[in-house]
Amino acid sequence: MKNETVLDLYEEEDTQKGKFLTFTLGVEAYGLEISYVTEIVGIQPITEVPELPDYVKGIINLRGKIIPVMDVRIRFKKKESEYDDRTCIIVIDIQDISIGMIVDSVTEVLSIPDHEIVPPPDISKAQKKYIKGIGKTQDEVVLILDCEKLLEDDELDSFGRFEP
Amino acid sequence: MAEFTLNEPMLEMYIFETNQQLEQLERVVIASEKSGKYSDTDVNEIFRFMHTIKGSSAMMLFNGISSLAHTIEDLFYYIREQKPTDVDYSTLTDLVLEVLDFIKIEVVKIKNGDDVDGDPKEIIDEIKAFLNDLKADLPKDAVVKEKPASTKKQQYYIATDKSAKPSSENMFKANILFQEGCEMENIRGYTIVHNMKDHALEVYHIPTDIIENEDSSLYIREHGFDLYLVTKKTYDEIYDMLMKTIFLRQLTLVQLETEDEFTQFRSKKPTGPDPIQIPKIEKSNTVAPEILPEASNEPSGSGQVILAEAYQAEPESTTETISISLQEDTEKDDIAQKADMTSSDAQSVASQKAPSTAKQGSSQAHPSANHAPGSDSNATTQSFISVNVEKLDRLMDLVGEMVIAEAMVTQNPAIKDLEIDNFQKSAGQLHKITSELQDMVMAIRMVPLSTTFMKMQRITRDMCKKLGKEVTLALIGEETEVDKNIIESISDPLMHVIRNALDHGIEDAEERLKKGKDRVGKVILEAKNSGSDVLVLIKDDGKGLRRDKILAKAREHGLIDKADSEISDQEVYSLILLPGFSTKEKVTEYSGRGVGMDVVVKNLESVGGSVIVDSEEDVGTTITLKIPLTLAIIDGMNLKVGKSRYTIPIVAIKESFRPMPESLLEDPNGNEMIMVRGQCYPVLRLHRQFNVETKITDFTEGILIMVEHDGKSCCLFADELLGQQQVVVKALPNYIKRKKRITGLGGCTLLGDGNISLIIDIGSLLSNTDGM
Repeated sequence: MKNETVLDLYEEEDTQKGKFLTFTLGVEAYGLEISYVTEIVGIQPITEVPELPDYVKGIINLRGKIIPVMDVRIRFKKKESEYDDRTCIIVIDIQDISIGMIVDSVTEVLSIPDHEIVPPPDISKAQKKYIKGIGKTQDEVVLILDCEKLLEDDELDSFGRFEP
Repeated sequence: MAEFTLNEPMLEMYIFETNQQLEQLERVVIASEKSGKYSDTDVNEIFRFMHTIKGSSAMMLFNGISSLAHTIEDLFYYIREQKPTDVDYSTLTDLVLEVLDFIKIEVVKIKNGDDVDGDPKEIIDEIKAFLNDLKADLPKDAVVKEKPASTKKQQYYIATDKSAKPSSENMFKANILFQEGCEMENIRGYTIVHNMKDHALEVYHIPTDIIENEDSSLYIREHGFDLYLVTKKTYDEIYDMLMKTIFLRQLTLVQLETEDEFTQFRSKKPTGPDPIQIPKIEKSNTVAPEILPEASNEPSGSGQVILAEAYQAEPESTTETISISLQEDTEKDDIAQKADMTSSDAQSVASQKAPSTAKQGSSQAHPSANHAPGSDSNATTQSFISVNVEKLDRLMDLVGEMVIAEAMVTQNPAIKDLEIDNFQKSAGQLHKITSELQDMVMAIRMVPLSTTFMKMQRITRDMCKKLGKEVTLALIGEETEVDKNIIESISDPLMHVIRNALDHGIEDAEERLKKGKDRVGKVILEAKNSGSDVLVLIKDDGKGLRRDKILAKAREHGLIDKADSEISDQEVYSLILLPGFSTKEKVTEYSGRGVGMDVVVKNLESVGGSVIVDSEEDVGTTITLKIPLTLAIIDGMNLKVGKSRYTIPIVAIKESFRPMPESLLEDPNGNEMIMVRGQCYPVLRLHRQFNVETKITDFTEGILIMVEHDGKSCCLFADELLGQQQVVVKALPNYIKRKKRITGLGGCTLLGDGNISLIIDIGSLLSNTDGM
């Protein structure tokens, strides 16, 4: 499996504004503010760590750095799927915490101006709390993730799993 | 004599540490000034830094810095104890910063090998005036027990009052020969000069350039160290003083009747009361008078050397010439050596400024002979570089990555079936280099404790001399390797603990004899790996801690409110770790202010360690510094369970074996046990504990590893052993630590093939099995 960094993201702060890295989980496209992203690597051998929630798959060795990885599918209560060549780990850095997010595939970096982002509708229950907005592009919509929320512990986790 | 050859590294260390402390100190001071007041923490902090600087400076004989630091310490001691309210903080800050600048300049001088010639007197006086002002503001009943003024101003080669000389002054000439192989003769010579200047009105010595010229030790080794004294003391007094010199081989002390021999010195330095300036003044003299005949302690008039050295102080100046003419050949060797020394000294200076002129000078003497020493003295300052630990981490990561990349290439499935000798050979070579590289990178960060321990030897010696006690310091396990970061943070604590042990712990010789102990006190400094920690034990056989005294003091300060009987010894002893807690009435140069243990705890906490105090009255005190292994390298045994790898610290393993089916037991609750040599041990299945899938669930197919921690034993069941390896312990990622504390896991590590192995924390695993 290739370890190469797909994107070189050491850009100026202001050039990162309004840019989102998009990836897919199943059919939906998700977006992630690019300033969080440190790198993207292919799927790696994961070392399982006991006693953790099921969505934390374990830890990986990223050039000597030990980084936990989270399967975003499981985190969003989606059906687990086999990892393949397209599977990527997006390494993000939030509040001094590095974590890898396992996603189906990384699509591209998009510029979505603020006025094209609308707040999520109230109805979507299960995923609402992780989504902070919905971005519109030419022909599709991108669900914009709230990374901080993604890392928060949710006590409802063990019950919430049974919801659709 | 290993401790003496360590002087160079010690100097390096001193400079490095002092610089660090100065930086931190400056930060604290400036932050305090900004916030408009000095909080208790800040005062403690400043006090601590000054205390440390004072201690290490005194050890290195930089008395100017030491006495200055001491004065500041006095000032902050007063502030800490009396908490005066109307302190003029801006003046205080100015003072402290002035002191910092002074010390900084001195340290730069030390670093460049220049003379430490700053005179702190002005600043000391200023500080004292400030302190007196503070005291004046305070009601009389709050008088501080101030430390007796050991801040006495340095007296250097006092050459004042030459004309009117009382008759009681005696003049002596001493020739001192050191024992062979004692090394650092020049420093020893300087120590003597340093000691004598408190007792003598004038002190001169040959060779004159002992401090700045390392080659002078060669001269001293051969011809002895010549000392000229003018003093009020008698012959016997001086003789006794000189006889105390360490490594003295031979002492010749002659009382001089005339001042003749002194004229050579006096004529050269008509004014300078400051000794340290002597060499420089000499250099600035265009013509130095004849010095060598007497100097070499040989019949006079045998040889003459004329030194002419034009030395211009401007940094940009490149003119530097030396001309040496030998007038007679009789004492050629001696003179030549002298000439060597001079020119190589000059060369080492000149080589930085103007190599070409230096060559000109040296070519007249012995060009080949003096080159080496000159460049040597330069090289020592460059043999150490301080590297940011982050860079080392990065390097280690990269090497780890390379190991994986190597495996990817050499074990690539595409070439697996091809038999290419050439490739195999090259691959083997590559593997060798990468694994060596990996070892090296690991080793870079690890430093044996021996250097730090040796430093303690030195401290013990110095202190014993000053306190008049006889103590031996035994070192055990100094080869234990500890991460560089940890060394830095345990060096200070160790120093304090040792000082405490010597000063408070060990009794006087008489008292010891009375108690039926050996006259010579004993302090044991031991380092060992223990499970997941490195332990540093400082054990003395002194009088131990007085429980009642500590309790009384604690009550006085309102630190405890429980009944005496309710407090355990451990609790009582740990009281001494609190800042400012000292039962000592008297403050000595070394300890008693109660800063020491506070520093110890603070420094250890910064690396996540802890301090344990244990003591028994009249038997001794043991202070254990517990350093976590987070940064340390451990010897680990790697195991496999299913697809996962685990590492157990080797120290915890007692044995591993494949059990006989008949020795296995199961109690009605389903707990599995095993009988080994008549003992029954619980069995813990790792695959169950860590919820790992494995095909090997039958005890007879896998392997049992018996582990022990704190006297408790247990057998762990794993699929197989993978082998022993030194591993660097890494903490689990923050995210996981925040999520949950995982039972039985102490961290993780990277194996050579890039896989992650989880380190089993036997302690927490065993305590968890208690409930079973």
